[in-house]
Amino acid sequence: MKTFALLTCLAAGAVLLLAESDFPDWGDPSSPASTHLSPHYITQTYAETHVPNLVTAVLADYRGYDTMFETAVIFCAGLAILLVLRRGGASNTSAHARPPREHSADLIIATGCRLLIPFMQVFALYVVAHGHYSPGGGFQGGVILGASLILLAMAFDIKTVLSKVRLKTVSALGGIGVLIYAGIGLIPLLLGGNFLDYSYLSAILPATDPIMARSHAMLGIEIGVAFTVTAVMLSIYLDLASKGNIDEGL
Amino acid sequence: MVEVVEKFSFGIYLVLLLIGLWAMIGKRNLVKKVIGMTIFQAAIILFFVSIGAKDEATIPILRNYYGPDATPINPADYANPLVHVLMLTAIVVGVSTLGVALSLIQKVHGKYGTVEENEILEKST
Repeated sequence: MKTFALLTCLAAGAVLLLAESDFPDWGDPSSPASTHLSPHYITQTYAETHVPNLVTAVLADYRGYDTMFETAVIFCAGLAILLVLRRGGASNTSAHARPPREHSADLIIATGCRLLIPFMQVFALYVVAHGHYSPGGGFQGGVILGASLILLAMAFDIKTVLSKVRLKTVSALGGIGVLIYAGIGLIPLLLGGNFLDYSYLSAILPATDPIMARSHAMLGIEIGVAFTVTAVMLSIYLDLASKGNIDEGL
Repeated sequence: MVEVVEKFSFGIYLVLLLIGLWAMIGKRNLVKKVIGMTIFQAAIILFFVSIGAKDEATIPILRNYYGPDATPINPADYANPLVHVLMLTAIVVGVSTLGVALSLIQKVHGKYGTVEENEILEKST
């Protein structure tokens, strides 16, 4: 088995090394990847969407379908873990559940968490809300928000997190995020445009022209993405750390 | 051969890719296989982001784009945004699928008491 693996790796490595000489030079502005679609995104995005962060604009507007289904994939992954592992809710007292243990968080850890978590959460909301103008967006902000809750679960235990946010809420938020995204995409369809064509939203948003409406709609779907990512990251941790029992955790 | 040395950064990604491939095929421990998959993913993400790099370009967020003294936007001044978008979603989806893999390994460990492939095969026959 090891010999076979080594031979496969060497063969693949040799082929790829051969192909490497055809790659464009490092940092070449006229490489094929940077000459076809990318100049349009860089020069036209601000005129077409009024969003200076090109990554957010491409993510949420030009490649809206892609991002919607990526969000759905994340939601499905969370759902799959839930279906594979979960054995009941927080009140589960099955034979698999470990006995409750005496638990008191260390003073340093407890104080550190109390200091860190509020700032992490505020920063996460900033990253989501300011994703148009600075590095950030729904995925990044959602991961930071999820990490703050996971930090709470690691420092204390899972019950502490579930006293702040209920398990049903976590599961529901994952679906609500995808629903927000698809719902904002559906409104233009009802107003006579294409699915995810946000410029039609100017008909119902007050005091916006079709270009600014794209910017506002992007904020909306970024919030939806942030909901899903936060909920799924927390849900994955809760299930993996407690083998699906949702009892004490690590 | 000179070209291969000049583009050594691509060679580093290639080595990472092969380490991941080797772990996925050659290792018997399921957790090590998953670690291999993650290294493989990291190599692809690095490769994608690096083809969007441009010499003397900044991050793909416009600067000085608005107002009376705005300067025209030159594509060579900004890195390719498309690869960043693709990899941004790939990273988060990668974490989610890593979670699915780990949950399946937990189930396998619960049933067979081991995560070694050969021991699982012995116990299942």
